[in-house]
Amino acid sequence: MDIEKLGLTVGIEIHQELATKHKLFCSCPPRLSDKEPDYTFRRKLRPSQSELGEVDPAALFEFLKGKTIIYQGDHDTNCLVEMDEEPPGPLDSEAIEISLIFSLMTDSVPVDEIQVMRKTVVDGSNTGGFQRTSVVSLGGAVKVDGKTYHLEQVAVEEDAARKIAEEGDTITYRLDRLGIPLIEITTAPEMYTPEEAYNVAARIGGILRATGMVRRGLGTIRQDVNVSIRGGAIIEIKGVQDLNLLPTIAEYEAQRQATLLEIVEELKKRGVTPKALRQEAADVSDVFKETGSKILGAALKRGGKVMAVKLPGFSGLTGRELCPGRRLGTEMNDHAKFGGGVKGIFHTDELPGYSITAEEVHILRERMDAGEADAVVIVADEERKCVAALGAVVDRAEQALHGVPAETRSANPDGTTRYTRPRPGAARMYPETDVKPVKVTPEKLEELRAMLPEMPEVKLRRFMKDYSLNEKLATQVVDSGYMGLFEELAREGHSTTLLAVTLTEDLTKLRRDGVPVEGLTDGALRDAFTLVKEGAATKESLPDVLTWLAENRGKKAGDAVSALGFDMMTIEELTALVNRAVEEKADLVAERGMRAMGALMGVIMGQVRGRAKPQDVQRLLLSAVEAKKG
Amino acid sequence: MSEDKLPGYRGELRSALEEGGAEIGDRLEVTVNNQQYTGSLMPRVESYDDWHIILKLKSGYNIGLAHSKDMKIKKVGVAEKPEFRPPPLPEAEPGLPKVSIISTGGTIASRVDYVTGGVVSAMTSRDLLGIVPELVEVADVDADILYSVFSEDLTHKEWEGMAKRAYDKIDAGADGVIITHGTDTMGYSAAALSFALQDLPVPVIFVGSQRSSDRPSSDNATNLMGGVYTAAHAPFAEVVVGLHETTSDTSIAYLRGTKVRKCHTSSRYAFQPVNDWPIARYIDGKVEMTNDRYRPRQPSEPRLLNSFSDKVSLVKFHPGFNPTIFDWLIDDGVRGIVIEATGLGQVCKDLWPAIDRARKDDVIVGITSQCIWGRVHLNVYSHGRELVDRGAVPLEDMHSETAYVKLKWCLGQTDDTEEAKRLLLTDLVDEFNPRTPYLEGSR
Repeated sequence: MDIEKLGLTVGIEIHQELATKHKLFCSCPPRLSDKEPDYTFRRKLRPSQSELGEVDPAALFEFLKGKTIIYQGDHDTNCLVEMDEEPPGPLDSEAIEISLIFSLMTDSVPVDEIQVMRKTVVDGSNTGGFQRTSVVSLGGAVKVDGKTYHLEQVAVEEDAARKIAEEGDTITYRLDRLGIPLIEITTAPEMYTPEEAYNVAARIGGILRATGMVRRGLGTIRQDVNVSIRGGAIIEIKGVQDLNLLPTIAEYEAQRQATLLEIVEELKKRGVTPKALRQEAADVSDVFKETGSKILGAALKRGGKVMAVKLPGFSGLTGRELCPGRRLGTEMNDHAKFGGGVKGIFHTDELPGYSITAEEVHILRERMDAGEADAVVIVADEERKCVAALGAVVDRAEQALHGVPAETRSANPDGTTRYTRPRPGAARMYPETDVKPVKVTPEKLEELRAMLPEMPEVKLRRFMKDYSLNEKLATQVVDSGYMGLFEELAREGHSTTLLAVTLTEDLTKLRRDGVPVEGLTDGALRDAFTLVKEGAATKESLPDVLTWLAENRGKKAGDAVSALGFDMMTIEELTALVNRAVEEKADLVAERGMRAMGALMGVIMGQVRGRAKPQDVQRLLLSAVEAKKG
Repeated sequence: MSEDKLPGYRGELRSALEEGGAEIGDRLEVTVNNQQYTGSLMPRVESYDDWHIILKLKSGYNIGLAHSKDMKIKKVGVAEKPEFRPPPLPEAEPGLPKVSIISTGGTIASRVDYVTGGVVSAMTSRDLLGIVPELVEVADVDADILYSVFSEDLTHKEWEGMAKRAYDKIDAGADGVIITHGTDTMGYSAAALSFALQDLPVPVIFVGSQRSSDRPSSDNATNLMGGVYTAAHAPFAEVVVGLHETTSDTSIAYLRGTKVRKCHTSSRYAFQPVNDWPIARYIDGKVEMTNDRYRPRQPSEPRLLNSFSDKVSLVKFHPGFNPTIFDWLIDDGVRGIVIEATGLGQVCKDLWPAIDRARKDDVIVGITSQCIWGRVHLNVYSHGRELVDRGAVPLEDMHSETAYVKLKWCLGQTDDTEEAKRLLLTDLVDEFNPRTPYLEGSR
């Protein structure tokens, strides 16, 4: 499938957490909690009715699911504001400043008065049933490889609560993340290849990090991608955390949409009409009364039913792969789960299978009057849920006649996407009257212009020059979240190469090995480097020291060194060790003279285990060997 | 009177908009500082400055642009006046209890106008059923709009109006009455109706919402649902306030009108019982009784005793209290003063001459405590006994807001000071709890 020919168009929204002292609308600290919650409470959210007498379809959808929301709170990271028990405070001025700085760096024109809006969200992730969001500037652009990509707007908004669990009729959220300030950058849909999408997102991320005012760590930057192809629909894919997955996501989504369009044509050829799909779900429990399928059997035993719908003309199409590992049947499955709360469906394109026999399929087809060209979908659960689930399946089948349905999807770890909810209606924003608008004055803009951070490429050149780093290391440092710390420590005289390698390569490796490096405070890192500078630890021991500190939060670097037994050897101890080693290898020295140094260094360093500097060992060894040689 | 077509806009900016023939909702092209913006004109909040124009962009976001001499405003489209098409009403089930809803202004239900962002309150029964359709499964509901005011603007005249309307509804056969009301003075109104409407056959339930009803998380729907169900089915016939019992949406607590106080500025669970337990709670679709002391539902003839004096004051005693305030009040013709004293009912001795004067001038002085919970007891300290000797009336376990309302009511029933004092100290509707309960928490 040639992506270029499909007319792929991509737009991106980047959400980045800001490193402010407070949350956006209250004085709570903007951080996640690592403790258990102190209390929980339960709520239900109802969609509000608009003037037009309509209810927002996405909102209604969530409400009809009848979910109860359980919120977990704690005394450290949330207050009554996050519980929707108190009106919000004023917009955090630090958050506004950081957003304006980004706007100025990208020539996005600030508005004169920032108006806070309420954007309806009823999945429970915001306790009030809406997210507070405001536009800070409009327009702007970033350049990648000489090409200009326009920005539509820069907004500042509050992050949502953290989903902890979803089971049965309840969803549980933790309130710590609710209210953390986010900057949201929306690009124009001007990316036409997956690589362009990646590059633009990376560029924007780089500029954000260049401000030095954004939070670092996993989950602090999230991307939403809007993907469409010619003839398809603009699909919003939410929650792409790993930037490297972005090109794959765009590619797979293009493929999914293109295949859906092929299915439209195929269904037309087969003469399938919406009328043919309209039906009531049929009870086919008796077909499976002796079934070997555990899933069907269990549901029947519990007093449920097996029910079915016929999808005329869909044979071979429900099983058609839309993107790797996901078929049209998978989409129907997701819709069924949402619509009916069932665990899943079966469709004839994948049967026989799952312990459902060919004989059972044959009888099922007869019962449903389904010919070879037709597919049948079955589900097993309480009757009420079956009916709702199959209703959703028929709806999705009908959508398949027309094209790509407008919906919101979420990214899967392999780059495919899954249906999450209907695309929300446009008109679901209204003013947040509890928060005063904030004026953006020319004086303020002048003040900020005078202190704009350097763009990443300028910083890169400066880092290479001022800190004698090669381009690779300099790039890594500028792009990491440790840029500010690096500069501080570099100015205090620490070895820049050591700083760069440790903060980027070593920490990345530790993170990959599962060490919780996110917990390392700047203070702990500074301590560790200081120990090395003062000679109380070797640089080779740094990764171990940092691992220990990450796993023993609140302790000092000195404690790590003692705990790990890395206290430096005294000169007496080292001399004794070196002399002992030389004695033991007396024959080698006699044979090879100075050329024995290499082997001896290896042996001694193995014994020293980070508790002595290689230079010291070398020096002492040299004397010892020379003395031995005679 | 014609409606303002440009609400909130004044001065030069208003002139510029009028010149362009613009009205709220019209699509405008605004050019300023070499930037062009297209959006719909939104109202300006009156109390904000007069030199920002608010536009709603296609994305739905509002932005504010500063007006200046070089701003050009061009009208490029006319506002779509949205026609509110109310959703089809759910079918009312026959044979359900009748519940009458009287609204006085608290926005228990509202709609959002996404065009202007305004919040429109919805008070007719059609509106309410449109927003909380489940009500039809519970009762046969009718709704009147009695007043449309903020509750802090209500006076005893409106209490009298509410009592009369509730009385009429009961007379017309209501199995329960709901009064929707702003939460700020709901406790006062509930106390007032407890005295003005006696021998009740059915419950009269005050319902409101703490969290604005335009938001999906509002407590309005659960409070209203609980209220209507309880009005229709509960076995008590008292005036009560019914809002959330806790921050969760799981239960609604019905608190005796004379023993309820708003104790939090914003939370759902703001209303607390003072020196009493809740009468009942609505949970899991049913009413649970939580108090042994209550008037049961019964076929009685309600009595409307609907008169309140407007010559009563409530003052909060504090260190440095100015005794001259009493002189001003008495010179102004006050007939009763409730002093919210400290602790068990103490005031400073500098106030004693003023209390003497009150007694001489036939002014009833009632004593309550600013501790809110607990009972006043003027026999424990000498200062307390001095107050009693000067004719002050200790009001047992009654909290000051209810005491103020009751004194207004007593002085509205009779001109005779002694008779009024007697009424004040008589337990008429369980407003005195002879046994102070241990309420867990800080009370």
